Amino acid sequence: MTEPGDLLERAIAGERRALGRLLSLVEQGGEAADEVAEMVHDRTPGEAPVIGVTGAPGTGKSTLVGHLVKEMAGTGGQPAVLAVDPSSPLTGGAILGDRIRMDGVAGGRAFIRSMATRGHAGGLALAVPAALRLFEACGFGPLVVETVGVGQVEVDVTRTADTTVVLVAPGMGDAVQANKAGLLEVADVLVVNKADRPGADDTRRDLEHMLDLGRITGLAQDWRPNIIMTTATTGTGADQVQNAIQAHREHLTETGQLEARRRSRIHQEVLDRVTQELDAAASQYLSTQPAVLTEALAGRSTPAATAAKISKRLLSNQPPS
Amino acid sequence: MTDSPQAAVAGRTAPIRVVLAKLGLDGHDRGLKVVARMLRDAGMEVIYLGLRQTTDTVIAAVEQEDADVIGLSMHNAGHLALAPRIVQAVSDAGLDVPVVIGGIVPEADVSALKEMGISAVLHPGASAVAVGEAVREAVRGSLGDQPVHD
Amino acid sequence: MSGVPVDPVYGDGPLPGEFPYTRGIYPEMYRSRLWTMRMFAGFGTAVDTNGRFKEILRHGGTGLSTAFDMPTLMGRDSDDEVWSAGEVGRAGVAIDTLADMEDLFADIDLGSVSTSMTINGPAIVALAQYIAVADKTGVDRAALSGTIQNDILKEYQAQKEYIFPPRPSMRIVTDMMRFTTAEMPRWHPVSISGYHIREAGSTAAQELGFTLANGFAYVEAAQAAGLDVDDFAARLSFFFNSHSDFFEEIGKYRAARRIWATWMRQRYGAASERSLMCRFHTQTAGVSLTAQQPEINIARVALQALAGALGGTQSLHTDAYDEALALPTEKAARIALRTQQIVAHETGVANVADPLGGSAYVEWMTDEMERRATEIFDHLLDLGGGSILEGVYEGIDNGYFVGQIADSAYRFEREVNDGTRIIVGVNAFTEGEDGDQDGANLLRIEQDTEDFQLKRLAAVKQGRDDEAVNRSLEAVRHAAEDPGANLMPPIIEAVSGYATEGEICDALASVFGRYVEQAIV
Repeated sequence: MTEPGDLLERAIAGERRALGRLLSLVEQGGEAADEVAEMVHDRTPGEAPVIGVTGAPGTGKSTLVGHLVKEMAGTGGQPAVLAVDPSSPLTGGAILGDRIRMDGVAGGRAFIRSMATRGHAGGLALAVPAALRLFEACGFGPLVVETVGVGQVEVDVTRTADTTVVLVAPGMGDAVQANKAGLLEVADVLVVNKADRPGADDTRRDLEHMLDLGRITGLAQDWRPNIIMTTATTGTGADQVQNAIQAHREHLTETGQLEARRRSRIHQEVLDRVTQELDAAASQYLSTQPAVLTEALAGRSTPAATAAKISKRLLSNQPPS
Repeated sequence: MTDSPQAAVAGRTAPIRVVLAKLGLDGHDRGLKVVARMLRDAGMEVIYLGLRQTTDTVIAAVEQEDADVIGLSMHNAGHLALAPRIVQAVSDAGLDVPVVIGGIVPEADVSALKEMGISAVLHPGASAVAVGEAVREAVRGSLGDQPVHD
Repeated sequence: MSGVPVDPVYGDGPLPGEFPYTRGIYPEMYRSRLWTMRMFAGFGTAVDTNGRFKEILRHGGTGLSTAFDMPTLMGRDSDDEVWSAGEVGRAGVAIDTLADMEDLFADIDLGSVSTSMTINGPAIVALAQYIAVADKTGVDRAALSGTIQNDILKEYQAQKEYIFPPRPSMRIVTDMMRFTTAEMPRWHPVSISGYHIREAGSTAAQELGFTLANGFAYVEAAQAAGLDVDDFAARLSFFFNSHSDFFEEIGKYRAARRIWATWMRQRYGAASERSLMCRFHTQTAGVSLTAQQPEINIARVALQALAGALGGTQSLHTDAYDEALALPTEKAARIALRTQQIVAHETGVANVADPLGGSAYVEWMTDEMERRATEIFDHLLDLGGGSILEGVYEGIDNGYFVGQIADSAYRFEREVNDGTRIIVGVNAFTEGEDGDQDGANLLRIEQDTEDFQLKRLAAVKQGRDDEAVNRSLEAVRHAAEDPGANLMPPIIEAVSGYATEGEICDALASVFGRYVEQAIV
């Protein structure tokens, strides 16, 4: 079997399938993923800009991302995209279709990797930053993470980004809906796509109003998201989105928030990892020591009291009695 | 050292990843879409490229997506011209990824396609079980052909 | 057959030929005029197909049906190495430049024939080439008669032979409607086609609902472009599928006529009777043909043809039994034609208009089809804020059509899989498969056609004035950028100077963009 070290060397040299294979390793998690993480650590200063793109289904995310990466490649960047889509909760399978429109526009100028959520939020939360570091280690940047803004998991993924672009389309999943879904609060740049449609100006006005009246909770106090009108089918406005991303990045740098965001991401990632490890330890403990549940199952102790006892034991690393 | 799909399959619980596409200009994608759902329902991750792909875009997707198998739909009697092209492209890229073809392929052409290096041919009306099994078998078969290195 | 005299029609209430035309558009239907037996054909080079056309004309035919190869249908020239290699002349005739169109209709008087062209994405180029042939041979544009499919909406929904995004494509269609309305009164600029929607996997009700909605969308687009409904509606026609569920199909055709007449009068203000009549062509369901025991497809086609006749179709194409395997052989195509001749001349169904009218079941099925189609219209009106046109755009954009069709196709496949739906020879009664698919009888197109066409195109490019071509392409781009301009005149100009179809489509794409599908699976 090919060793991760060998794969990494080849990936850094520009071999696409070696990087593809490494991405599978970090996506799976576990020891191999940790080994890769160790190896790339020295090569990942965390300087590659990370841009999150999200919005309701059908708002035109993939097409816009295609135009963005095309622009990035045109200005000397080597863009890579992580396109996250949900797995089927029933079968664990997934249909990942973001490449079609993305690559249809970008025409091979970006490395695109589709990633399914695989049913566990914790795994995705760790796999996404690990994959991004791998991209950076192999010389890619800027990096784009595209998610469907439907669930909390997908919205959470945008936390790995320096700048998050939120798409809204007139007529469907419009501004009010997007706000209800908690989508707007992660926005650093707002895009009204399908600007050639009737109703696009109304959507823009709605967004302006919401911003004016402070209707969008959770936004940074010192940054008002730009609202950009785009027509992704023709690429109109993509350059302005690019400029807005750049402006936001400059703002983050000037105010020291870029560094703050980086620190908070590391904090979050450590926390996510600890949570995952503890979760695994607890699950294993309960399945290998079913006796600890006896009192609770018999009704002689509350679930809370039993849990407190187990947690205490687990955290102080005492052997089970 | 070969990059057999072994590394991507053996010992991992991750789903099989399939790149599904149609080469050339033909726009009949009913079968491709039905197969995409069948494979998803069989627990696989389908990287759906859809219509009007070239061997280049398929190979790029296989590499970037670390796919275990390629599924191509053929409809317009182009299979005898297109099959050798994709097999050649896979080999030129140094990949060991099996290719499964589905669609309107006369029985008489099946053995010729297999000689060209196509792993399996699925006809219209193939059941979900048969489709899933053919894909799994193709992945397994490509492992069997490979010497396993440690 | 036994000499019992029959009336042209039975029953009372609105009769055939009376609004809302549920029972047929003509009072005596096939007694006054039998349906047209249209057989779609053509492959190889333009010269080959021209030979076939002349043979049809010698045998008294007046209708010429043209099938184009895939590169032509997708706006690609034969010498496009990425997209055309191996496809030139394979499924139809290759038309790159006006020279090919001139070959196709050489020694044929365009003023005295009716031509049907099955092309959509680059339809405006094909029509321009046809007009240019007429101009060069001194035939008055007003004398040109025929139909161009030009139904771009169903391409995004089902057939996937699009080039540009929906809105600019609709602008092209309305430009063609304006142009033909003004200059070509005998030309049918759009044939609204449910056939491909059904082939892609829709149900009968979806075929009906989506197709009529597309029809309404063209009407709304033409009205928005300033045309009077009665100036163009009579030249809109339809194209439906005939699948295997006999009574569903008949109900579908009857409902289509009733809905079209009612909506055209009430919603779109049509006053002329001819604007209200839903005229349609029918083709048997290619997708129902099986590769297993292919001969039994003859029986399927016969029953589907019968449903088309009982449903009151104006013309009919019957599929060849071997089409699930390859392009039809000559013998299979002849059997297909004979099949509909049997329905027309031996069964007696043509003697009475709408012979099933009044059957409790058929009337219920007609109502049910109408009800289901109306649900679709309501949904689209909702999506489009009261406009069917906007609703159709939105439905294309948000994956409604494609998703609904994929759902139906998957449901059908699962039913065949688990045996709740029986397909004879496939999942039941499979004994008797003789494996007679040795390939010897299957038609295959040789490489010679492609080589010939490549030489032809190179020679045309060699002989033309490149500077003039570039100027004409610039004029096309210019017109594309100006929403008020009509694209027909500059494109006629460009084809007349032998600009290729691919060059013209590239010029348009530089302004309109190219459409890429969405992964709605």
